[in-house]
Amino acid sequence: MIEVSNLTKCYAGRTAVNGVSFHVARGEIVGLLGPNGAGKSTTMRILSSFLPATSGTVRVAGFDVFYDSVEVRRRIGFMPENNPLYPEMRVREYLKFRARLKGLSGRRSRERVATVMEQCGLTDVSKRIIGQLSKGYRQRVGLADALVHEPELIILDEPTIGLDPHQIRSVRQLIKSLAGKHTVLISTHILPEAEMICSRMVIMFDGKILAADTPENLQKLMQGSSQTVAEIGASVAELNAAFSQLPGLEKFDVSASDGEFQRCALTPRDGCDLRPAIFALACERGWMLRELTRSRHSLEDIYVQVTKPNEEEES
Amino acid sequence: MRIFSALLRRDLAAFFLSITGYVIIASVTVLTSLSFVVLLTAFATRPFTAPVTEMFYSTYFFWLIVLLVAPVITMRLFALEKSSGTFETLMTTQVSDLQVVAAKFAAAIIFYMVAWLPMLACLSIVRHFTSQSGGLDAGTVGGMYLGIFLTGCLFLSLGCFASAISRSQMAAAMISFVLGVSLFSLSFLARLIPVTAQWQSQVLSCFGLFDQMDDFARGVVDARTTVFYVTATFFFLFLTLRVVESRRWK
Repeated sequence: MIEVSNLTKCYAGRTAVNGVSFHVARGEIVGLLGPNGAGKSTTMRILSSFLPATSGTVRVAGFDVFYDSVEVRRRIGFMPENNPLYPEMRVREYLKFRARLKGLSGRRSRERVATVMEQCGLTDVSKRIIGQLSKGYRQRVGLADALVHEPELIILDEPTIGLDPHQIRSVRQLIKSLAGKHTVLISTHILPEAEMICSRMVIMFDGKILAADTPENLQKLMQGSSQTVAEIGASVAELNAAFSQLPGLEKFDVSASDGEFQRCALTPRDGCDLRPAIFALACERGWMLRELTRSRHSLEDIYVQVTKPNEEEES
Repeated sequence: MRIFSALLRRDLAAFFLSITGYVIIASVTVLTSLSFVVLLTAFATRPFTAPVTEMFYSTYFFWLIVLLVAPVITMRLFALEKSSGTFETLMTTQVSDLQVVAAKFAAAIIFYMVAWLPMLACLSIVRHFTSQSGGLDAGTVGGMYLGIFLTGCLFLSLGCFASAISRSQMAAAMISFVLGVSLFSLSFLARLIPVTAQWQSQVLSCFGLFDQMDDFARGVVDARTTVFYVTATFFFLFLTLRVVESRRWK
């Protein structure tokens, strides 16, 4: 559905996207992950043929986004960052306008507007003025707009940003329900979100793709650095001595917690699970153990992990 | 056509759904009424031979309205969409750049003409209370409105261009005001310098907006003037279109 090859976009004096290539198959939900300024929004703007690429080619449904811009735009539903809407319009009126813009006939647009309002839970607010709606509803209006002409490809730039947990859940559910029928490309910087929704993730950093794989595979890739955190009631010297003899431990860091407890951050070698060993150690020495967790990876860890080889090469 | 009418309706709705639209209409009405008061005071003191429409225009209130109102009408057309981000949602649908420019300009000119309608009331009052019914025939009023339409087209297309090149509404209004005042000053120059056979003065005489408006108000529609206004309007709309397209230039 999407084929991006060697995409580069330079703004005056700054390269926002640098030689990016990836592809998305029909019916997939793909997440574009990365911190702010990684080039996600720029990539999406080029995909929706709002901006031209400096070099490289992007094809959507077989059409080049630069040369067959109209054909591409006909096939996509795009919700940009911050979800811009016309605040003075009413919900139904806005969706109707957008449907007409997207070339739907009067009757068809009425049908589709009713359908997407139902789908996005907007029926109750159909006559309200958009400017007076809550952020969650506005986000849903943006989604409904992206869906209204039944596009083959839906591009959503940070669809859950600024929503409360309930709203995030309902938006995620909605996006998930689109799988199969539509191809969806979403951008986010929340890893658990991407894990939940996406069948594949593309991680961008500083204009480049660091990794592109299924969430499971990426998790495996990351496990090498997953930390185990333990809070143990023992002296620092004792802990240091014990940890330096523990097999399978690559790195450890002991810092004081409240009372007699020490907080130990332990990094295993080869991604093995340290928790049984720590528990056994505490039992053996008769230490008090009040916390033992294996941290899940935040996106930050992934960046650190994936960017590490480069840093080492440089130093 | 379906897309154009949807765009036109939305842009017109934006004028009539916002307070700005009514503020503009109210200001135009106040200014035309002021010029009407000035005019009636003048009528009371000495007799005039010129048609009342021409007098209306000669008070300079007309130009004040054109110069001030055109930037205010056009400033939001592109600049607001760009700053609020809706330009992105708009341009990622299958609309063409031409449709967008044409619809926005059409909405602006329609709104502008609506804002001038209260002047008809002033004219009918003059007709009712004075003996000057001869100066108020369909020809002079039609000519007057054609003149208003053509100058409106020119100044609004300037405004469209200014709005397309900036992201801020204030900047757009200022740019179009400066462009408009420059054009206006040219007509002063054109009035001061007598028309000779030299091409410079011939060209300058094209910019003599006052004299042209005089003709319109008298009910005289000069083909040269009309061609000048239409060409200048299309020129600025073409520039606007190029600016909108320039986003996609490599």
